[in-house]
Amino acid sequence: MAYTDAVRSRFRKILEEVREAGLSKDERYIRSEQGVKIMVEYPRGSEPREVLNFCANNYLGLSSHPKVVEAAQTGLRERGYGMSSVRFICGTQDIHRDLERKMAEFLGKEDAILFASCFDANAAVFEVLFGEEDVIISDRLIHASLIDGIRLCSAKRDSYKNANMKHLERKLQLWKEKARHICIVTDGVFSMDGILAPLDEIAALAEEYGAIVLVDDSHATGFMGKTGRGVHEHCGVVDKIDIITTTLGKALGGASGGVIAGPKEVIEMMRNRGRPYLFSNSVPPPIVYGALEVIDLLNETTELRDRLEENAKRFRTSMAEAGFNLVPGETPIIPVMLGDAKLANDMARELLEKGIYVIGFSHPVVPMGKARIRVQLSAAHTNEDIDHAVAAFIEVGKKLEVID
Amino acid sequence: MSSEMRDKILEFIRDEYLDDEDQVIDEGTSLITSGIVDSFSMVSLKNFLEDEYKISLSDEEASAEAFNTLNSILKLVRTKLGSE
Repeated sequence: MAYTDAVRSRFRKILEEVREAGLSKDERYIRSEQGVKIMVEYPRGSEPREVLNFCANNYLGLSSHPKVVEAAQTGLRERGYGMSSVRFICGTQDIHRDLERKMAEFLGKEDAILFASCFDANAAVFEVLFGEEDVIISDRLIHASLIDGIRLCSAKRDSYKNANMKHLERKLQLWKEKARHICIVTDGVFSMDGILAPLDEIAALAEEYGAIVLVDDSHATGFMGKTGRGVHEHCGVVDKIDIITTTLGKALGGASGGVIAGPKEVIEMMRNRGRPYLFSNSVPPPIVYGALEVIDLLNETTELRDRLEENAKRFRTSMAEAGFNLVPGETPIIPVMLGDAKLANDMARELLEKGIYVIGFSHPVVPMGKARIRVQLSAAHTNEDIDHAVAAFIEVGKKLEVID
Repeated sequence: MSSEMRDKILEFIRDEYLDDEDQVIDEGTSLITSGIVDSFSMVSLKNFLEDEYKISLSDEEASAEAFNTLNSILKLVRTKLGSE
């Protein structure tokens, strides 16, 4: 047995350092289905109590929607629990291909391919498409999965300041004669700030310098844009964004699964060479059925994304009127800026006491001195839920001297 | 040469990494540990040093430790210029 005391001791020391730095991940047990009203056991071992959830990526309130649950149950009954295979051996049902076609159509792209997660999609996409003759220029605030995906690829790397188009253009000028392909990479919505990438400006620069654009729209698919297609729709550049990666794990039912949508050659290359695709199990049939139902719901009506937009406006307006410092934006991710890490954690804890479940974020997840509480709205929140949350913020904010 | 090199690299760092023009950085400012430069965006600095001073930095040489302050960067570049 090689797991010696020395090995154990080293790992324990690392974990102790993590705890001492206040970075230990303290998971709270939810004793109900995911939704706006959830039963939370916190502190651990205490009697679960109902709180309002303002920290889920359940933007459209579909995680436990009756129609989605029913569709998943039908999938379970008709097609089973799992595939016990990767896609190319015996893991592809007709429904997998149906969902890929529907996702492609929904996102306005030629074709699409499913992955076990968007993390897997991002881990696959760069290595397959780009080599050492190419350069990938990424926004400095892209998601960790994009960073890891870019690191797996042999292309040269560069980056630009968050959403700074002058800086991006300088990088494009720097690389235009030095690379075979240039790929610009950005999140559609930057999830810690709730701000949008200026995809219209990025698309224009990409056209001028002949660059490919890849957008991870995980925090936008289903609700940004007039019909919820994403930030590319919001910015009016559906046809000008080459590749979109996104997730089924947030607005689109919140279970799991990732998607790459783009030109058909790109998708075929992923199907043949994408390592996380080739070596991971297929998305389970109940999830495929659930996601198909979600896409049908969103194609029928924009009611949910409209409601979400109204909810985000209501929260932003009330909180700004109360004097809180918010990051301005148009998304349902609304950071309440506090600066100090301890204050952010104290405030989140006090809000939970008042039945509002939110989380404080501090360095290294966000820049030093920019600690915050990130509030995430859902279409399933009622006006009363939002007003109740604002009232709790005001009460705790006054107590902790965040507002007057 | 030393002062010119210092000013040039400092100017690049300010331009490449800082959003706030009033932020003060000097030879001893921790670039990596303070989060001004992260491990991923560090490659821009590596590219700049290689292009500007016609040197080649291996991944081991372009470490977070070597890139943590302007002083350590200057030391690295001078060592490379002396050895190449």
